[in-house]
Amino acid sequence: MKVLVAVKRVVDYKVQIRVKSDNSGVETQNVKMSVNPPDENAIEEAVKLKEQGLANEIISVSIGDDKSQDVLRTSMAMGIDRSILVKSQNTLEPLAVAKTLKIIIDKEKPDLVLMGKQAIDDDSNQTGQILSALLNWPQGCFISNLKIENNKVFISREIDEGIENLETSLPAVLTCDLRLNTPRFASLPNIMKAKKKPLETIDIDTLGIDTSSKIKTLKVIEPPKRKAGIMVNDVKELVQKLKYEAKVI
Amino acid sequence: MSVLVVAEHDNKNLKSSTLNTISAAEKLSEDIHLLILGNKIEDLAKSSKSIQLVKKVIICDHEKLENQIPELSSPIISNLAENYSHILAPSSTFGKNLLPRVSAQLDVTQISDIIGIESQDTFIRPIYAGNAISYVQTDQKINLMTVRPTSFEKCEEAGGDAALENITFIDSEVKTTFVSREVSKSDRPELGNARVVVSGGRGLENSDNFKLLYDLADKLNAAVGASRAAVDSGYIGNEYQVGQTGKMVAPELYIAVGISGAIQHLAGMKESKVIVAINKDLEAPIFNIADYGLSSDLFQAIPEIIKELDLLNQIES
Repeated sequence: MKVLVAVKRVVDYKVQIRVKSDNSGVETQNVKMSVNPPDENAIEEAVKLKEQGLANEIISVSIGDDKSQDVLRTSMAMGIDRSILVKSQNTLEPLAVAKTLKIIIDKEKPDLVLMGKQAIDDDSNQTGQILSALLNWPQGCFISNLKIENNKVFISREIDEGIENLETSLPAVLTCDLRLNTPRFASLPNIMKAKKKPLETIDIDTLGIDTSSKIKTLKVIEPPKRKAGIMVNDVKELVQKLKYEAKVI
Repeated sequence: MSVLVVAEHDNKNLKSSTLNTISAAEKLSEDIHLLILGNKIEDLAKSSKSIQLVKKVIICDHEKLENQIPELSSPIISNLAENYSHILAPSSTFGKNLLPRVSAQLDVTQISDIIGIESQDTFIRPIYAGNAISYVQTDQKINLMTVRPTSFEKCEEAGGDAALENITFIDSEVKTTFVSREVSKSDRPELGNARVVVSGGRGLENSDNFKLLYDLADKLNAAVGASRAAVDSGYIGNEYQVGQTGKMVAPELYIAVGISGAIQHLAGMKESKVIVAINKDLEAPIFNIADYGLSSDLFQAIPEIIKELDLLNQIES
């Protein structure tokens, strides 16, 4: 089985982001960037499938500028065999990302596609679902458990009501929740080894698809700040405040 | 033009997220149609007809739609799309799972998780876990959006008399079969929709200690929530997680117990009207957004709060 993992480079989850002063977007220059967290779970799952002997080749794909090489190197340090960078200067919307991935998938012919359930920058939560529909492959979203046996795929999905268990088959597109696994840290020797693994670069303009933006961002602003509250001295004061000041109990 | 709202339901009742989404649709059109895809939904269709804002209830009733496999339901939505200027679904795991497939089928970029509607073509949505708010505009042939339920009031369920239309099920070849659903049964209010939410974090230390929170929740007729740390540690199920990758809540009162307040958690609850934080760590970031902070050991504070609430009730009765 061949597994393809889609990876996005995003502002690190620990960074307190800043809105640009001209309200055109969020400051991403000189900010720590990392692998999108649930994409790390997707990488980890692919590496586990290889360790279990279920996958024989695992590859990662990212779309972005040259700097996105770093997340691909990270994925290879975690155990991915080789990577593909689709070079694009523009930020792509989920539909364009899915169309781009489909072209790579048509060429690479993986049996399984894994990615995070959402990117923590634009929080769209769309790409896996769109890709599944474009490929006409089964869709499994927000998975927290995966078992593959004889071409059968058993997944547990995290839904608002609890857990949903589905059975499907390969090829499939699965999007990973944070509880699917615990991503490993890349060891220093593996980071060194990853530098020698193959990283292919493809220019997005050579793919012949429309990746232009369909949505215009008019402005990006800071959310309203909450007014500073007070510290209460004890439980009695807290309950009194909630009852007679806030009037919420 | 008309607006189509895709209903979230359990084949018996509409989820309240559907009512919030209908309120969002009201800002776009007076001609709101509600699409219900499910199995044995005659009664549900009848009761939905009385929603005042809805002009037409469209149902597709078929056994294959029982478990709302998106591969089966999305082509039915796409097939109706040309009649509408906007298609809306709640930004729940139901809507997130379903609507992007319609985006693929219609070749239209979807706008996720809108929290405001400026005009027919301009929408407001949070990005970066709500740490920035983006105003976006689109001139696509159709506007496809998921709606954050907590950002729109629930619409009235009564007073209307909508038309009813049955549409034929279009079958699609689907390789996925439903196995089971593990749903926690609780008499407490629904988390996304409760007036009061009591949430626990890693400070609770284990699942047994969550009983303390349940006791407090029951006193306040509150829903129970949790931080990702508490869910990851196995103290409580994933359906209770509040935050960027969990549920968004905006109750009148949110009590955060033993939660430090990572930005990912704040993303899910900072729209609450009144926030209470109880944490023994005075440096915990949750205190920065709390209206009332109590720096105290939660294992002492929670039983005391329960006692104080009992006292208040005695005085009143």
